[in-house]
Amino acid sequence: MSQTKLDISIAGENALIVYFGTEPNAQIAAQVSQTAEHLRQSMGDLLIDLVPSYASLLVIYNPLQTDHYSVRAQIRSATQNLLQSSEQQQGNLVSLPAYYSLESGPDLQRLADNASLSVEQVIEIHQQTEYRVYAIGFAPGFAYLGEVDERIAAPRLATPRQKVPRGAVAIADRQTAVYPAQSPGGWNLIGLCPEPMFDPSASPSMPVQVGDRVRFSAIDREQYLALGGVL
Amino acid sequence: MAGFKVIQPGIFSLLQDAGRYGWHGIGLTTGGPMDRQAFRWANRLCGNNESGNNDSGNHTNSTAIEVTVGGLVLEAKSHNSIAVTGAEIPLTINRQPAALWQTHQVKPGDRIELGYATQGSRGYLAVAGGFQAEAIFNSQATVPREALGGLHREGQPLKTGDNLPCPAPDQQLPLLRVPEKLRPANGSALLRVILGYQQHAFTEVQKQLFFSSEYKATDSSDRMGYRLSGAQISPSIGGILSEGICLGAIQVPADGQPIILLRDRQTIGGYPKLGSVLSLDLDRLAQLMPGDTMRFEPISIDQAHNALLLAEQKFTAAQLETVDV
Repeated sequence: MSQTKLDISIAGENALIVYFGTEPNAQIAAQVSQTAEHLRQSMGDLLIDLVPSYASLLVIYNPLQTDHYSVRAQIRSATQNLLQSSEQQQGNLVSLPAYYSLESGPDLQRLADNASLSVEQVIEIHQQTEYRVYAIGFAPGFAYLGEVDERIAAPRLATPRQKVPRGAVAIADRQTAVYPAQSPGGWNLIGLCPEPMFDPSASPSMPVQVGDRVRFSAIDREQYLALGGVL
Repeated sequence: MAGFKVIQPGIFSLLQDAGRYGWHGIGLTTGGPMDRQAFRWANRLCGNNESGNNDSGNHTNSTAIEVTVGGLVLEAKSHNSIAVTGAEIPLTINRQPAALWQTHQVKPGDRIELGYATQGSRGYLAVAGGFQAEAIFNSQATVPREALGGLHREGQPLKTGDNLPCPAPDQQLPLLRVPEKLRPANGSALLRVILGYQQHAFTEVQKQLFFSSEYKATDSSDRMGYRLSGAQISPSIGGILSEGICLGAIQVPADGQPIILLRDRQTIGGYPKLGSVLSLDLDRLAQLMPGDTMRFEPISIDQAHNALLLAEQKFTAAQLETVDV
């Protein structure tokens, strides 16, 4: 990556934010997660937490033990290393099962109609893409995956649903996600994933982290129920 | 079992420790006390020593109860020491008035009752040794929105009948008091701001407008954030790619009314931000009730660090007064 693109700004009394670019893409996502990993190793106790996101990394440090000058230097050093070891690290590839159907995806038919595609084609296109985990937030375990094929991209609902079930596979614009828990939500629902996206009692608590790659693979109703899915 | 029984939970009472750190990567917020200074004083009065790193996850401060507005009634099940700090909330023990900012001994059967705040909005009730609950993601901090933490690990506020265990004290603690001059003053607040994030999306005029205006806390103010009303400020951009939000961040949505993000904030968001409020001053903000006013003042990052270090030194060096019985 070119160093000129990197911008380090103050976020708050104990936080710097590193901008890697202005548009999310797979390369930037990989750089964000590599930098996060590097800082986790190099900063030790001085680091309080990190928030990786689409094209930025928020670095929260202990202001009683270090200062922003020193943390800036650590960040520069972390991104120097990035230069040398660039492209190889691709993040884990995680496969998530999805039961796509009119029963489990109440917006599937509408998405298909709007795109002049068949329901089967929408499902096929959603499965064909390899997504990147761009960010995790909104709720524990909610992973924003991009980018959805333009043909099946769809804006959020004008009126969000009161209740989106846990495991709902959903699309909003060019992003897709699996709802980690039942919650209100305005994304378009196309299926259900039986795998828990957030389980406090499991370690790790999430099957993915920022920078990972995700593919969905279609399962049928029986498989969905056998994997613990609920209808 | 040593501990306390909740006779009445009050309006909104939560178990809080210093917060849940190191889990932003899976979308967890920190939780923790809204008025951290009051929380730490309450613990110190109860002999709960802690290394006191500001917002560091390395040292968990003992778990105390954050009481919003008031109404909490507890019954002591064992001998213990307690202290209440923070908002002006009338405290009685067996219906006798008891001082805030001071250690009290309680014995089995004692009724500890908090009235309703006359100044400020959040009180902290600490006990010697801290309340004991099983941690989740290394913390007992209660975050209802995430259904995490607290007595049953699922984010519930305290409710009637809850038994709050705490360790049996091995000795009687001295009765201590926080000197008057060290207690923070509640009321209208001057909040120091470190400019940052998308500050360049706000013109000089917009910034001056922000720093010269008085803002009011609205009804939509809670542990996630305080939504303000006052002079409308307009950044030159409407939205940004979602990015990490730190404690105290001032975000400005399309309506131009700032929101200050607090302990239970979402970890990422896409509104432009002007900078962040100094954490020491967030403690003052946390004591404001809807309708209370505040002003803002810009400071540099170096001034912010100096203020933090100085506050830490003052807290560490402070001598508590001994209460004569």
